[in-house]
Amino acid sequence: MTTQTSGPVAGPSTDHSRAVADGAHSHGVIPQASRAERRTSFELADFPVPTGREEEWRFSPLPQFAPLFDATGQGLAAGGVQVTVVNPPEVTVEIVGRGDERLGTVGRPGDRTAAAAWSSFAEATVVTVPRGAVASAATSVRIEGVPGTGPTASHLLVHARELSEAVVVVDHVGPASLAETVEVVVEDGAHLTLVSIQDWDAGSVHAAAHRLVVGRDATVKHVVVTLGGEAVRITPDAEFSGEGADLTALGLYFADAGQHQEHRLFVDHNVPACRSRVTYKGALQGVGAHTVWVGDVLIQAHAEGTDTYELNRNLVLTDGARADSVPNLEIETGEIEGAGHASATGRFDDEQLFYLMARGIPETEARRLVVRGFFAELIGQIGVPEVEERLIAAIEAELEASMTTLAGA
Amino acid sequence: MSTLQIRDLHVSVETKEGAKPILTGVDLTIAAGETHAIMGPNGSGKSTLAYSLAGHPKYQITSGSVTLDGEDVLAMTVDERARAGMFLAMQYPVEVPGVSVSNFLRTAKTALDGQAPPLRHWVKDVKSAMERLRIDPAFAERNVNEGFSGGEKKRHEILQMELLKPKIAILDETDSGLDVDALRIVSEGVNRVSADGDVGVMLITHYTRILRYVKPDFVHVFVAGRIAEEGGPELAERLEAEGYDRFLATT
Repeated sequence: MTTQTSGPVAGPSTDHSRAVADGAHSHGVIPQASRAERRTSFELADFPVPTGREEEWRFSPLPQFAPLFDATGQGLAAGGVQVTVVNPPEVTVEIVGRGDERLGTVGRPGDRTAAAAWSSFAEATVVTVPRGAVASAATSVRIEGVPGTGPTASHLLVHARELSEAVVVVDHVGPASLAETVEVVVEDGAHLTLVSIQDWDAGSVHAAAHRLVVGRDATVKHVVVTLGGEAVRITPDAEFSGEGADLTALGLYFADAGQHQEHRLFVDHNVPACRSRVTYKGALQGVGAHTVWVGDVLIQAHAEGTDTYELNRNLVLTDGARADSVPNLEIETGEIEGAGHASATGRFDDEQLFYLMARGIPETEARRLVVRGFFAELIGQIGVPEVEERLIAAIEAELEASMTTLAGA
Repeated sequence: MSTLQIRDLHVSVETKEGAKPILTGVDLTIAAGETHAIMGPNGSGKSTLAYSLAGHPKYQITSGSVTLDGEDVLAMTVDERARAGMFLAMQYPVEVPGVSVSNFLRTAKTALDGQAPPLRHWVKDVKSAMERLRIDPAFAERNVNEGFSGGEKKRHEILQMELLKPKIAILDETDSGLDVDALRIVSEGVNRVSADGDVGVMLITHYTRILRYVKPDFVHVFVAGRIAEEGGPELAERLEAEGYDRFLATT
């Protein structure tokens, strides 16, 4: 039996920003091709240059992303970003050529920018946590845009060998136009936390394909934080290679005026008895702030005992911002532990504001409390103190900007 | 010694059919140390009075005045009213996800006093106030009103009243939905606050049962958006026996 629920497919004008309650997204009945049938390929030519009519591009501003499409097929230039890794002694770091056989083992590119990233990169950074190693500190991968360069590609492989434990923080900063691949291999019994922070300068464009495979009894926490840049599109795809694997995908984004932030996840329950939890939360403020969250979960027919839940929440702080939220759950077997999703987009709750202000708390402080509260639980789940502190500071800075506007109004 | 003066207050609420008058000329004076019970049938405008005094944006003041020690309350924003000494214990307290009770209380106290309370004193004050209201200490780390039962929400409102020390406390149907034990605990809290004579209490209620625990100095019967009759505690007893029919029949 195939049970398919999907969000609205009415077209790019779908506006969820007025939805307020759990399950406010509609459960469309319009049949949609199974996610499993979506094209994946390492060949750039298998993905025509997007026109905007494609399902996977319908929410995206194409003019911004166009430089990353490699329309001529000649490849994106190298050298647009500088990669710096700081690693503890237990973790090894290598720079390898594109022929290295460890690359390209996890899934396949699923869209034009992912294929362009794959076909363009010259060298890859490989971070390996050896078998049984427990990293004594987080590994920091800093990907910094080089001013004055054009569209570029980069490739990062994070390989957590059996029974290892590590935290890897990938930080994207500076000015850039980047098509990126992040491959994540987590072998049996390993524990990996991978954090990707998009903290680009204004005007930056970034399309990243994250491809993860999670082994037997392995645990992965995959965290995406998107704050800066003009147009950022992250597409994490996860699959499993052994039973008992556990994936927690957390996302936090904060879009200001004119920013496009898109997160498209695909969790492929291709192995029985695995667990996935997806929680993405975003705040939007300013005219033209646009966020997109698409969460596809597929439970294949033989993936009995699957346990999955995905949730997206958006908090719209001002007029003129738009949040699209589309959860899709495809279930091909009834023999599962659980499967669910929730999506809600709400405006700032005036009753919360009244309650706090009625206790003497000034409006700006009351708004701060509510927004901090909105993200608090999610931030607490990240489990990497330096990332948590940085996020709290980043949210404060975002709010500072909007509160100044508010106070001046 | 503070005094709240309400003079000829008219209040409307915006509806699809246009502005609908709810309060039609309320006159009431509440001085520190006094407890006033506002009683009346459903829909008579009791809660509108409470929320209008607190400054809820849903209600439009069309005429009249409200002053606290001569200061124009209606000209103040919601938070300014609270800082001037007004407090509203709400009938339906709002959930604030991700904001802990202890953080909320400390933020409110800081806003009211203009400076953070000395930590050690404050922690002790909160702890003992929670004990008196039989609130589990674990509540301090729970999110404001999230997952609270009806009784817990009301006790949390009274906790705030005890800690924030207002000049005028308005209790909007704080007794509704409480079982006998919770009603007694909440009433004790109200009595503690009014015992030292510094606070004026406006106790809005539909039922007389809370008046067994909280003794009002004055009882006002609210009908059709204004005060229809006033008296002492004996008026409450009469309402207990006769109900509101006598007032409704005449309107």
